[in-house]
Amino acid sequence: MITVLYMRWRRFVRRVMTRPRIDMPLAIGLLALALVGLVTLYSAGNGNLVLVGGQAGRFVLGGALLLLISRIPPSVLRNWTPWLYAGSTALLVLVVLLGEGRGADRWLNLGVMRFQPSELLKLTMPMMVAWYLHPRQLPPSWKDMAAVAVLIAIPVSLIAKQPDLGTAVLVAAAGLFALFLAGMAWWRIGALAAAVAGMIPLAWHFLHQYQRDRWLTLLNPESDPLGNGWHIIQSQIAVGSGGIFGKGWQHSTQSRLDFLPEHTTDFIFAVFSEEFGLVGVAALIALYAFIVGRCLWIAMEARDTYSRLLAGAIGMGFFVYVFVNGGMVAGMLPVVGVPLPLISYGGTSAVTLLVGFGVLMSIHAHRKMHD
Amino acid sequence: MKIRRSIKDNRGESALFRRRALTGFVLILLSLSLLVGRFAFLQVMRHAEFVTRSQNNRVKPRALPPARGLIYDRNGVLLADNVPAFRLEVVPEQVEDMPAMLARLGKIVPLGRDDLDAFRKLLAHSQRFESVPLKMHLTEDEIDRFAVNRWRFPGVDVVPYLIRRYPFGKLFSHVIGYVGRIDADDLQKLDPVRYKGTSHIGRTGLERSYEDVLHGTPGYELIEVNADGRTQRVLETHAPTPGRNLYLSLDVRLQKAAEAAFDGRPGAAVAIDPRNGQVLAMVSVPSFDPNLFVNGISQADYGVLTSDPDKPLYNRALRGVYPPGSTVKPLIGLGGLEYGIRRPEDTVVSTGVFYIPGQARGYRDDVRGGSGRVDLVQAIEQSVNTYFYKLALDMGIDRFSAWLGKFGFGRPTGVDLLGESSGVLPSREWKAAHSRQPWYPGETVIAGIGQGYWAVTPIQLAHAIATFAGHGIAYAPRLVMATQAAMDAPLKPLSNPPSGPPLIRNPADWDVINKGMQMVIYGAKGTGYGLAKGFPYLIAGKSGTAERFSRTTSAYNNDKNAAYLASRHRAWFVAYAPADHPRIAVAALLESGAWGASDTGPIVRKILDAWLAAHGGVIRGEERLPSSSASAPDAAKAGEPGKFPVSGSTGATP
Repeated sequence: MITVLYMRWRRFVRRVMTRPRIDMPLAIGLLALALVGLVTLYSAGNGNLVLVGGQAGRFVLGGALLLLISRIPPSVLRNWTPWLYAGSTALLVLVVLLGEGRGADRWLNLGVMRFQPSELLKLTMPMMVAWYLHPRQLPPSWKDMAAVAVLIAIPVSLIAKQPDLGTAVLVAAAGLFALFLAGMAWWRIGALAAAVAGMIPLAWHFLHQYQRDRWLTLLNPESDPLGNGWHIIQSQIAVGSGGIFGKGWQHSTQSRLDFLPEHTTDFIFAVFSEEFGLVGVAALIALYAFIVGRCLWIAMEARDTYSRLLAGAIGMGFFVYVFVNGGMVAGMLPVVGVPLPLISYGGTSAVTLLVGFGVLMSIHAHRKMHD
Repeated sequence: MKIRRSIKDNRGESALFRRRALTGFVLILLSLSLLVGRFAFLQVMRHAEFVTRSQNNRVKPRALPPARGLIYDRNGVLLADNVPAFRLEVVPEQVEDMPAMLARLGKIVPLGRDDLDAFRKLLAHSQRFESVPLKMHLTEDEIDRFAVNRWRFPGVDVVPYLIRRYPFGKLFSHVIGYVGRIDADDLQKLDPVRYKGTSHIGRTGLERSYEDVLHGTPGYELIEVNADGRTQRVLETHAPTPGRNLYLSLDVRLQKAAEAAFDGRPGAAVAIDPRNGQVLAMVSVPSFDPNLFVNGISQADYGVLTSDPDKPLYNRALRGVYPPGSTVKPLIGLGGLEYGIRRPEDTVVSTGVFYIPGQARGYRDDVRGGSGRVDLVQAIEQSVNTYFYKLALDMGIDRFSAWLGKFGFGRPTGVDLLGESSGVLPSREWKAAHSRQPWYPGETVIAGIGQGYWAVTPIQLAHAIATFAGHGIAYAPRLVMATQAAMDAPLKPLSNPPSGPPLIRNPADWDVINKGMQMVIYGAKGTGYGLAKGFPYLIAGKSGTAERFSRTTSAYNNDKNAAYLASRHRAWFVAYAPADHPRIAVAALLESGAWGASDTGPIVRKILDAWLAAHGGVIRGEERLPSSSASAPDAAKAGEPGKFPVSGSTGATP
């Protein structure tokens, strides 16, 4: 019995290895990004090889998952979608009931490892919206949009309650992008945007004090030198002092002298900017733009609605990471815990992202098949 | 779904998607260009400025922890103080070889195992440039020795700080609690900005429940550092906001008297002002010195505290649960009146044993042969079990638990301390949740004398008696009366509105019960007769002696050694004064007292004496009793010690 299973596993692995149905341009883009990430991490972590090794290990794990998932046809994923969505949302409820974590309850302790269920939603959220819209008439009707709004609101409000505003934004954006790609009318988007803008004073009322402080410190960073204001000031000094060509690899004084907090995780982009300058920043952003573009290309090639919406939403969601993290580092957006994808040190986000790209690879590989 | 499917215009949809994806991509490119533009602005337009700032980046903020709020009693006597002390701190990034440095340092300033363990844990959680405390509370000798050798230890420094001191030691440890050093677990939970630079946090008691008020807000100073990160000078200082001071409703004099009255016997007492819920005294005996915990208690000291069979760390007043015994009879009697089941003049014949109709099991009275025909006032005065057996049975368990639940039994009182026990209120719900057996009528009967599935904490009982004394208006007990921003700032009183609507509908009912409780003290057959001797104002009270283990009628043996029985008894006494306009209500418990009235009664009396003395011996607006109290000549009759169990034995329920 075990040998049979083992043989089957071997065959599966060989098939994955020999005929990986992956999209080469996207794979090359990701590989380049991972490489830039490791190089930057080596410098930001003051040459700490344990740090770099750990991150490389996560890339290997994420890459393996990517190859594995690329073999699963989108139709299978589609059938699993409601269960995956319900399961991950249930885990969020569990976090509310018995979560633990620093200041915010985000983690579930599984005994062996701690686990952040909100990460799962970054993938299951667009899957669910795509699943819901898949059999429906597009552009979506008012009724369908209301249903999607509920599907988005449940997990997002649970995550925002933790409170983890950064992840809540990412999850909501992934769901909304699917709706946008489904062809929601422009005037409706405009109306929605106006309504959201109108809600801001109300939302302000419901924010936690520390979340309000984050917006306020953005306007006047000097007012909070022990907390986020310090982050913002030091990050801008790092970016600005990099100039056009940068100070060179391993020459970020801001990071070396510990002026820049969290310089391996959320603020690694500041280290990158200081060392490689505007030229480096432009190149990195171009690489990100290429990956997003390729994702949308794969989405356009897909044959069924589910695959199209899912691939598009994942690609556009990837952009949100870059924009929010870059905006934070450059002092345009408040300090929220959004990593720079595949560059920031940290396990869960790297693995989740690569799993998401696995789904894209699968969609690409099965584009010829009819629904 | 199939039908809808067929309508789906796949080609149109595909085109729509294509348009959307392209539009989306254009928008994304625009956003990313905006981002690059922002970077260009910082890196090109403002490059020169930031280069200068980066080169001159020699200024770091350093947190200035706030001074913790002080704690005073109601008259402004200082109960928790901050005193200056010195500690060793280490900046990790300035130490080249940490183990070697610690070994060398240990020869100059002794470093305990506890110090080193705590230091290593904190080290793992702090940034390399942040100063980490190594050893607290240096002696002068240690400071001198380190000062001479300071040049040998770069990155190590003696730093002044404020340390908590409790001048009254063990007197308030169960109320105020203590602060302890922040450890690695705390760092996971605390707001890192608010607690930057703070080394201690409230661990128990008011120090914990009022942590947010006492802590304050940190300030900071901007310090200039050289290339190695060493402080050169302070550029500017933004002072911290100290935590608010607390004014407790406790009175040191009452607290002292209460503690002294126990004379080391395990027990607890709580005194509450019925007019507003303010706690005037709260002791749990034995106690411990909270100062031991402030700098981390040594293993040896902790071992002594935990191995003591009397459990000095255990807060009996807040967490200890005991059957209330006969102390709750007045409240049950009040329920009978309020439900209209009894009129004050209704009588019951006590024959010595009470039987539920049709059942063989008997429920005993305290006095052999019974107390004869008694009305409600007499039943309270003499603590006649049969009266309350029958009343409870007539009331039925549902009305019974509904009524007593209103006095706060079975749930926390809401006192401003954490970790309060709920106790147990006899009810069908409680039994259903804890047993598979149904509720039996016999259980209602024994609930009538405060036994059975019934457990209360001393603070619960004090709260219930205060609620009664305050004519049925309940207030959650409060220890903190007011807060204060700074030493001379005006006090800001904390409001404490009644926690519910008045419980007593008919004022005449209150008068009847009040009379019964006065008779306990002044009546010739009262179980607390003689207790008020020489007290110039009316006292109303009730004794209670509850058993730790229930006994069946047949097992009762009058010949058993009194001391043996006493060791199994919880002796209660509750009282309030002045009985006509109550201003203080007290509940006291001896864990292994012999009998409520004779052993715990005097404790209550001493608390009342201290309270009266604190008022200068005169309660304004109250009439003094005639000094020649009628009780004087009769005192010998009731006060006969060791005479077992005439009337002093209330409630020791058989």
